[in-house]
Amino acid sequence: MRVRVDQDSCQGQQMCSIAAPEVFGSDELGHATVLIEGDLPEHLHAKTRRAQANCPEDAIIIEE
Amino acid sequence: MTTVEENSGPVTDPTSDYNIFDPEFVRDPYPTMSEIRESKCPIAHTDRWGGSWFPTRYDDVVAIAQEHEIFTSRSITVTASPLRQAEGPYAGIAAPPITSDPPDHHWHRRLILPVFAPQSVAKYEQGTRDLCNRLIDGFIDKGEADAGTDYAQQIPVRVISAMLGVRDDMADEFVSWVRGVLEVGLTDPIVRLENRNKIINFFREELADRKKNPRENDLITDLLNSGDKYPVTDQYVLGVCNLMLIAGIDTTWSAIGSSLWHFAQHPEHRKQLRDNPDLWPTAVEELLRAYSPVTMARLVDRDIEFQGCPMKAGDRILMAFPAANRDPRQFENPDEVILDRQHNRHVAFGSGIHRCAGSNLARLELRVALQVWLERIPEFSLVDPAAVTWAGGQVHGPRVCRVRF
Repeated sequence: MRVRVDQDSCQGQQMCSIAAPEVFGSDELGHATVLIEGDLPEHLHAKTRRAQANCPEDAIIIEE
Repeated sequence: MTTVEENSGPVTDPTSDYNIFDPEFVRDPYPTMSEIRESKCPIAHTDRWGGSWFPTRYDDVVAIAQEHEIFTSRSITVTASPLRQAEGPYAGIAAPPITSDPPDHHWHRRLILPVFAPQSVAKYEQGTRDLCNRLIDGFIDKGEADAGTDYAQQIPVRVISAMLGVRDDMADEFVSWVRGVLEVGLTDPIVRLENRNKIINFFREELADRKKNPRENDLITDLLNSGDKYPVTDQYVLGVCNLMLIAGIDTTWSAIGSSLWHFAQHPEHRKQLRDNPDLWPTAVEELLRAYSPVTMARLVDRDIEFQGCPMKAGDRILMAFPAANRDPRQFENPDEVILDRQHNRHVAFGSGIHRCAGSNLARLELRVALQVWLERIPEFSLVDPAAVTWAGGQVHGPRVCRVRF
């Protein structure tokens, strides 16, 4: 599983970093960044899916 | 249709005649929101207060928030503003970026977002914690306190004052001005105007002071000096200061108050957080969902039919985020507070380009205020549930809320 953030959609809600702080961080403006490059370790998959489901802007894209 | 007398009177059908200032709605808006949401007319309309639309379903509220070119932010309050043209010294001073539309919105927002990023607001955590402890020191020996006026009301105003670098002893006056604009002022344009002018005049002097005596690490000085990147005017900086006061005080105060009101009645939730401190971030989101304080408004730019509703240019729409956040189509058991709710896509801070700029600060204040209270006062209950008073309209939360411990 890999994850990225669509920066055109992200509004800095930070719901992703609350659901999965290991995976998502914040840039200078408070918009989401992905902290893990490449494949996500297995134990973070469920949290990452939750982060995606909780994003009110539909800005999180998961590739499996 | 601007005075209380003209707009009061019993509501028979909330889908065609709701009144957000009705005392029963102010106290407990959720049954009415639910009635509208589950009716054939989930986007209600009223002629009261100059007329407005009231979308109650999650999908409709989010769709309107995302369509910012049609549903603009030129007016963000529900009541008509007959004095808008006569606002004298206030004219032209808005509250950017909340009242801005693209293209200005982009830079209006870009200038303040770094101040409110999670890593930036973290520096206010210790000060907020110390403040909360000091407030509790003042009443813990009495065995009784007002969770509203003695605590919730006192916190955001002081955090915002510290951010703006203004005197801490202005707190009571700031609270009174903000209530004058947002509570009393929503139904009384004269009071609204008077208090807006007090805010603007106060910050005019602060701006003049910073120009003469620039400060290090000071928000107002920094904003005044950001003209190399954007066309920053005094009017813009005044507007931001106005916004921080208007948007940053009784919103967060309401969220803290509602959460304490909830905890006072739910010992099992107090225990749950005591036993699982890791739950705090998730719990804060759930309290924000269940007791979303803020209902913004939008102004319709051009005639449009939205979900079968014939909206006209100039119509107002109430963005009922509290109603959206209790839509059973989006949330399981929406009226229940489930502190470990995993799927929680709430829009307490709005959605789209006007997402609340101060959301990370609000979350921090809410978490710290509740953590300190529950550490110091783990067991407490309402003195008299019927005596709790509420503010409503566009910001919902308890004002007088006496608790015993």
